[in-house]
Amino acid sequence: MTATPIPLRKCLPQLVLGGVLSLVLVLGVAFLSARPMWQSLPEGTGLVRLSLTHSGVRNCRARTAQELADLPANMRDREVCERRRAPIRIEMDIDGQQVFATEAAPSGLAGSGPSRIYQRIELPTGPYHVTLRLADDPSVAGFAYEAGFDINLQAAQSIAIDFDAASDGFYLH
Amino acid sequence: MTHGPRALLRRGFDRSERLLDRTFGPDWNPLAQLGPLGWFLFWIVTVTGVYLFIFFDTGVTDAYASVAWLSRDHWWHAGVARSLHRYASDMMVLVMFTHLIREWAMDRYRGKRWFSWVTGVPVIWFVYLSGITGYWLVWDQLAQYVATTSSELLDSLGIFAEPIARNFLAPNLLSSRFFTLLVFLHIAIPLLLLLLMWVHIQRITEARTQPPRGLAIITLGALVVGALLMPAPLGAAADLDTVPAQVDMDWFLLSLYPVIESLPAGVIWTGVLGFTVLMVGLPWLPPARSGAPAQVFLDHCNGCARCVEDCPYAAITLVPRSDGLPFTHEVEVNPARCVSCGICMGACPSSTPFRRSGGLVTGIDLPDRSLAALRAEVIAAADSVSGRGTVLTLACAHGAATGPAPGRIVLPCVAMAPPSLVDYIISRGLADGVAVAGCAERDCHNRFGVKWTLDRFARLRDPYLRKRVPRERVLTIWAGPSETPQLVTQLAAFSARLAAMPAYENLRPLQPDEAAEADEAAAAMKATAQ
Ligand code: HEM
Ligand code: SF4
Ligand code: SF4
Repeated sequence: MTATPIPLRKCLPQLVLGGVLSLVLVLGVAFLSARPMWQSLPEGTGLVRLSLTHSGVRNCRARTAQELADLPANMRDREVCERRRAPIRIEMDIDGQQVFATEAAPSGLAGSGPSRIYQRIELPTGPYHVTLRLADDPSVAGFAYEAGFDINLQAAQSIAIDFDAASDGFYLH
Repeated sequence: MTHGPRALLRRGFDRSERLLDRTFGPDWNPLAQLGPLGWFLFWIVTVTGVYLFIFFDTGVTDAYASVAWLSRDHWWHAGVARSLHRYASDMMVLVMFTHLIREWAMDRYRGKRWFSWVTGVPVIWFVYLSGITGYWLVWDQLAQYVATTSSELLDSLGIFAEPIARNFLAPNLLSSRFFTLLVFLHIAIPLLLLLLMWVHIQRITEARTQPPRGLAIITLGALVVGALLMPAPLGAAADLDTVPAQVDMDWFLLSLYPVIESLPAGVIWTGVLGFTVLMVGLPWLPPARSGAPAQVFLDHCNGCARCVEDCPYAAITLVPRSDGLPFTHEVEVNPARCVSCGICMGACPSSTPFRRSGGLVTGIDLPDRSLAALRAEVIAAADSVSGRGTVLTLACAHGAATGPAPGRIVLPCVAMAPPSLVDYIISRGLADGVAVAGCAERDCHNRFGVKWTLDRFARLRDPYLRKRVPRERVLTIWAGPSETPQLVTQLAAFSARLAAMPAYENLRPLQPDEAAEADEAAAAMKATAQ
């Protein structure tokens, strides 16, 4: 009843019965390890993702003559800038309907990092006209960057819209 | 507690375990071996993981190709290893949650026993994280789904300089460097898990980290056959120009992903935090009331260390002698760990109810339930049974015999009763026989109460039950809370057997001074109880 282990051949019934029961459990686990399948995106739908990082302008002003005079000669920058950057503003229309508009604050504790946007938009398959607008300087009215794309979204297709100020703004991957 | 969700769950576990006792035998009952099974599964996952790593390529495109190659061209060894790796990880989730719920139902997580519970909580997350990073590496559709969903969730925290989700925006953005990082994580996280699992069992003695051989064979065999019958599927290769619209979901390791998808990230993070805090706090919601810790009486302690060996909670340590008596050691109780199970009292060679000079004091005793009080209770209980075939039952508070009954003495653990108490009851003629009724055989609430009792009675472990005790007058019953009917039947049969025996011949009845002392102790007990 205690310490000494029972020799295995005496336990054939347990080995068989326990084995069968364990196998049923393992097969159940194996089934649930892949089924039922999970439908993450409805059928007949594609995905447009808008993802970008871009820095808003820094808030700068010209130094007064007095301020410049007070500084050592080698530090007389004409402008002083706050560390904090301006938020960027984004708007996105699909077939003339606005689907997304936001103002993204700069990142980082001091707000000195770029603003980030990540937005998923699920759409039924088909052709669309997407227009985008981005403003990164609150002191200027309107949007500095605008773009329009004609897309034809397939089922389960992923279209990524990105942004790069150095090469003319919005682009598709 | 006999009502409420815990009692219900406890009975449910007890019922299913007694059923499985019949299939696997009590020794191999998987429900009584969940902790050891968790460890065993971990080692299966480790060994198969190391093996898979030999064939795995860490490049962005090579990764999928290598998994496809080993699953198809080398299905008979590497493919089986992959299926084992996956199914054993899945089983770990199942075993872990069953284990957790069971420990909760059996009330083994509160009071002085909080440590294993609290250190178990991070284990949950590390099991999940190990699995998630593993799925990511395969770089099939499921991996892509896991990658995007996870990174979107992580990015919501806003702590990464560059959002991780951008890696998975388009094929040209994904780098092999990122993959190398993932491989590193999938090795580092399981290693941390192992460390946590080790910490998890530090406050209990002789934690069982290996299932019995038979159960290990059964489990591994079932896994291998399962892996051959239902090889782990492999989805189509990941393609960042598409969305993995439908995936082969692992409902064990990835079951949170559909939830992540359908709720805002803030709710998910709050949920994760809330669940963790709630789980960590559970041992104090409400806290268990615990008795006073065991107390050492140096005058009666020779430093033999039997109590140290028998304490299931590592609450007693051997320290150098401090009182000048000619022994090298004495013992010290750590009150923060002592659950007042009384097992140490039952282990101490000084715990003998036959002692008659002066008060009945032993080497280590429970202030709330001393050996002297126990002897008095036994003598009082003897008055409540009469006729032929009388039985006194030494029961534990967690098995089938927890309620009051004539001739029944309920203890925190049956191993609290020193074997000499059994001898005492029979030779003093307090009853014709003694029944020891503890928890179900592999289910001892105090971990080793059943085993120590059996070993002491079988004269394999100190203190032995003396040879002169007629074994036909001693009955051990191991029965869970759902087995009261069996308990009653066994007790009745035992009583009938005893009634048919001739009277016990070596009777040395209670002396008047003993009886008087017992009366005094009983009166004192009554006074404190009121
Ligand atoms: C796969 C993960 C886990 C493994 C491998 C594992 C393993 C173990 C082992 C080997 C024991 C000792 C059993 C014995 O010898 O009596 C144990 C006890 C215990 N575990 Fe776990 N465990 C895991 C997860 C958890 C989790 C998630 C929790 C709860 C949050 C938990 C709570 C407990 C408790 C309360 C005990 C009892 C301690 C006592 O008896 O005082 N475990 N576990
Ligand atoms: S009563 Fe004794 S055996 Fe039980 S936990 Fe306390 S010290 Fe350990
Ligand atoms: S079992 Fe008794 S005598 Fe031995 S060390 Fe413990 S208290 Fe002392």
